[in-house]
Amino acid sequence: MDWLAKNWELVINLSWVHIGLSILPVVVGLAVALPLGWVAFRYKRVGRFLVPASGLLYTIPSLPLFIALPVVLGTSILDPANLVVGLTIYAVALLVRQIVDALASVSQDVRQASVAMGYSSWQRFWRVDLPLAGPVLLSGLRVVAVSTVSLVSIGSVIGVTSLGYLFLNGFKRGIPAEVFTGVVATVIIAFLFDGALVLIGRFAMPWKRKVTS
Amino acid sequence: MNFLTDAIAWISNPALHEGANSLTARIGEHLGYTFGAVLIGALIAIPLGILVGHTRRGAGIAVTFTGGLRALPSLGVLILIALSVGIGFQAPLATFVIMAIPPLLSGTYAGIHAVNPATVDAARAMGMTPLQVIFQVEFPLALPLVMAGVRSAILQVVATATLAAYVSGGALGVYIFSALARRDYTQMLAASLIVIALAFALEGLFALLQRLARPHGTVVLPVK
Repeated sequence: MDWLAKNWELVINLSWVHIGLSILPVVVGLAVALPLGWVAFRYKRVGRFLVPASGLLYTIPSLPLFIALPVVLGTSILDPANLVVGLTIYAVALLVRQIVDALASVSQDVRQASVAMGYSSWQRFWRVDLPLAGPVLLSGLRVVAVSTVSLVSIGSVIGVTSLGYLFLNGFKRGIPAEVFTGVVATVIIAFLFDGALVLIGRFAMPWKRKVTS
Repeated sequence: MNFLTDAIAWISNPALHEGANSLTARIGEHLGYTFGAVLIGALIAIPLGILVGHTRRGAGIAVTFTGGLRALPSLGVLILIALSVGIGFQAPLATFVIMAIPPLLSGTYAGIHAVNPATVDAARAMGMTPLQVIFQVEFPLALPLVMAGVRSAILQVVATATLAAYVSGGALGVYIFSALARRDYTQMLAASLIVIALAFALEGLFALLQRLARPHGTVVLPVK
């Protein structure tokens, strides 16, 4: 507690940095995964390749991925872009399958009714498929958000500052309170993200008060 | 591209493959953590998952608990444990057990829970004792999902085992952390590629085992 009282400003600052680094991969990941998931759902032959391939990306361990990305991206090893791109890759890997499942959860009757009413496929996607797929999609987003928040701290090993700084610094100086503060702050941010997504879900899908996976 | 050729040259250097600190020894440590942690985790999580799934009680607590464990940052937990028990292999092993429990618990619980209640009733009506119901009916039918849990636990640990070296716990991360200190990108990349290859190999192996775990005559519906 003593440590926290003296360093709360540092903890707050690092928390903001941590939040910033976590939001980007989730948002960009969703934006990339949405069209991919739609293609995989719509064209089953592509999906049979695309879904396992994206799943395989999730198999790549995080620290090795962050280290190998500079070769692909042409960035410096200390560039925060390696972390953000790596985490985005994980988000895409998890979300593509989830979006396919989410679209598959939409009742075929509803879909056909919208076609019969004269919806174009673009309108149908945004007004029928996506809203009805929302609950399943949201449960996937929640998993991605929580895992992204906890993975951001690994970036501190390759020099991208976040709450992970408290782990490394606390270890070097032998201050358990510092490390503990970092762990607790990370978990709190993960729960805040999760709660925010649940709230967004309630506002965006008022017809579905209960989120089922 | 010369980063990659440098990395391959680093891996094929014969000096790397000799002595107590050889690449093989490091891979052995890495696999030791992976299988050790998943085994200990399974001894804790599988009975617990069977209990929750069989009694259909405490599911809410189990879900919250596994969700909470998933939110824990592995590096922070590792360092926190290392600061209390000291450097070496104990802190990494304990951390990896904690990382392995959520997928094992939710896989087992989901597998048992997904067994058709009519099948369980039929087993009871045939005069099976509760233990027989669990071990001869529920667990075999749940096995594919249990194996899915084992597979993601293995994946989780093989990835985080890289961090063991940060608290002097050995394994393949040794090369990465010593290279980070010296800013030796070639070695960092080479070691990373080996860890990635190891993860792919284990993923392939356990995907196969998961397929073999399906009992004859059953259809497994995808559960997510």
